[in-house]
Parts: sequence; structure tokens; C-alpha cells
Amino acid sequence: MWAVFWCVLKRDLLLAMRRRTDALTTLFFFIIVVSLFPLGVGTERQVLQILGPGVVWVAALLASMLALERLFAADYEDGTLEQMLLTAQPLSLLVLAKVGAHWLLTGLPLVLIAPLVGMQYHLTDTQIGIMMLSLALGTPILSLIGAIGAALTLGLRGGGILLSLLILPLYIPVLVYGAGAVEVSRIALTDTEPYLMLLGAFLLAALTLAPLASAAALKISLE
Amino acid sequence: MLEIADLECRRGDRRLFSGLNLTLEPGTLLHVRGRNGSGKTTLLRTLCGLFTPDAGEVRWRGESIRALAEDYRRELLYFGHLNGIKSDLTGIENLSIAAQLDGDPVGIDDVWQALARIGLRGFEDLPTRMLSQGQKKRVALARLILSRARLWVLDEPFTALDVEAVALLQGLIAEHVAGGGLAVLTTHQEVPLTSGQVARLDLGD
Repeated sequence: MWAVFWCVLKRDLLLAMRRRTDALTTLFFFIIVVSLFPLGVGTERQVLQILGPGVVWVAALLASMLALERLFAADYEDGTLEQMLLTAQPLSLLVLAKVGAHWLLTGLPLVLIAPLVGMQYHLTDTQIGIMMLSLALGTPILSLIGAIGAALTLGLRGGGILLSLLILPLYIPVLVYGAGAVEVSRIALTDTEPYLMLLGAFLLAALTLAPLASAAALKISLE
Repeated sequence: MLEIADLECRRGDRRLFSGLNLTLEPGTLLHVRGRNGSGKTTLLRTLCGLFTPDAGEVRWRGESIRALAEDYRRELLYFGHLNGIKSDLTGIENLSIAAQLDGDPVGIDDVWQALARIGLRGFEDLPTRMLSQGQKKRVALARLILSRARLWVLDEPFTALDVEAVALLQGLIAEHVAGGGLAVLTTHQEVPLTSGQVARLDLGD
């Protein structure tokens, strides 16, 4: 069964390699949004330190939102998604593989670039470490929840806007605990534990439930 | 083997067909006919389980396809209006991945042979976006050669194909039906549908 998972994962990574620009746009969007704030609010150290965690997390939310639309759209247009529905494989597994590839291409780069953007906000090393950890736990949740919305809005006119309206409210808990973890790590590192554990719990719940929900939504969208 | 029981499908408020009953035995080809908008594609999609009928059900070996789910889909091959191939992947990659997803991975040699047989020798490792419409369709149709599915559901398989490819496809269908397979197809072209039992179904009268 996992052979199919790897097959779809490799397929999507291969497709992304053939179209590198698509994958890079998300990353650049993230970097640009994060860089705009210091230009807007000034370079005062204290202000930036307070704003930093929130800004980075909101930018991550928007960047992941931006990439979501393409998650199923391309496969929908050329009929390969329809064929996936007709294979003798559990659709939720295929969805999980697609989301996995999507996260590797759009979520993981954000985690890796976090130290660089953290420096713009004068975050301490500890804060940057916690930020990477919270992003590593949080961005997969964004992709998983987002997949449900992407599946529901598939093939709709103006699906992009609708997708944001559907999904952004669901991202709020991730934002609160993700940015919260970075914020409290400024005061005491041990205080971050509950935040990260909650993020981990969200991730586990999303991993088990979101693929099932997305698969059901895809079936409806393709009728 | 394939049974359609009291099937009714609607699109919005419009009833496309109702009270449709039909049983197909192995080695039969069903030619679905009807003018545009008479519900041919909807019927074919319903047979695949992509569309939920408003009443009635489709049975395979006596069991509802909803209940069979993956066991049914293993025996099914659907060829729709969209080719279902990725334009950034080569013909070889497309077919290997499709076969793997269908649950019976094929050797790379088989894939090369299938593409050669479908008349794409020399185009095997080009991204399919470089191919013409007809050639793309041929890549998609090469799945028929590799597939071990018992039931083929083909929606307008002959469009965009040249004379030679039409003959080849007819041969493939005839071979499949002669081997005890089932095929359901729609076409507007007057294609002689060869040997074996040919059942006809007219929609929209």
C-alpha cells in the first residue's frame, strides 16, 4: 500500500522539478511579506521583537494559502485526478501523498528560511529555534487542513477567494499557538512546552482526519 | 456480469434517463448512442461510480459497485474526455505511474512495447506537451494495452485519432471483447464495431 504513497509523492516532486518556478513563488512571497514589515513600522529593535513571531506566522499562513489552490487544480484539469479516483487505492492515501509532496515543496522551505527572516526581527537564537520547531509542526497542519478547502472549491469560479474564506478561520488555532510559542520563548524556554505539545496534537489530528475529509470532498467535487 | 438496475440520473432539474435496465455478459460490447446532451457521458460516469445515480444502482458480479468500491475499480478502466496524462511527464513516466496506481506495476519494457504498438516509437521519452492532440490521445490509449481490467468504459475514444489509430483501437477493443472482457463505449463516428456480441442502447428518445 505504501508503494502507492511513494509513487504519488515521487510523481508530484518530479512534476515540481519540471516546473521549478511554481515551487519558488511561495517561498519568495513569504520572504517579501516578512521583509515589508520592518520597512513599514520602522527598524526599532523592541517593536520588531514584539511583532516578529506574529508577522512570520501570518506570512506563513498566507504563503501556504497561496500555494493551496494549485494542490489539486492541475490534476483536475488534465483528468489525472479523475483517474486517481478510479484506481483501486484508498483515495485518502493518495491525498496524503499529494499533501506530503505539497508540504515538502511549500512548507519545508519556510521552515528552513526561518532563521534568516528571524534575524530581520532581532529574534534571539532560542526564539529562532522555537520558531523553526513551531513552523515544522504547524505548516503541515496548514497543508492538511488547506487540502480540505482546496478539494471543496475545486473547479468553482472564484474558488481562490472562497478557499481563503473557508480555510483562514480554521488556521487561527495554529496561528495562536505557533506565534504564542515563539513569543513566550523570549521569557522562558520551558513555557513553550504546552504550546508545542498542542501543535503536535493538532498535527496528529489533522494527519488522521484531514485526508479522509479531503477524499470525501474530492468525490463530491468531481461528480 | 455488469448489471444496470432501474437507473435514473438527473442533471439539475432535468431527467436524463430513468428506469434503465440492462445486463451485460462477458464478451459483450455495449454501444451507447444518443444525441448531444442525452446523458451518455453521465451514464458512463455512473457506471464507473464517479456519479451517484438518483435512483437504482449498478451491480458488478451481483454486488453493488458502491459496496465493492476498490474491488470494482481494480477491474475497471475508464477513458474519459480528458486524457488523464500529465503534460510535463513523458509517455513512459505517465504509463508507468498509471499502471502502478492501478495496482499492477508493469515492467519498463512492457511500457516501451505498448507505446511502440500504439505508434509512438521515437516519442516515448518526450514530455507529452510536445506531442500533438492525436498523439497525446494515443499515449492515454496505450493504457488499454497494459491494463488487465475486465471492464472498459470508453467515452468517445475515436475522436482526434487518424485512420490508422482508429483501426488499431478497434482491434484492441475486439481483442478485449473476444477475450471475455466487457466494453462500454460511446461514439458519434460510424465505426464498424466488429465481432462478438454488440448490444446497443439508445438514450434520449
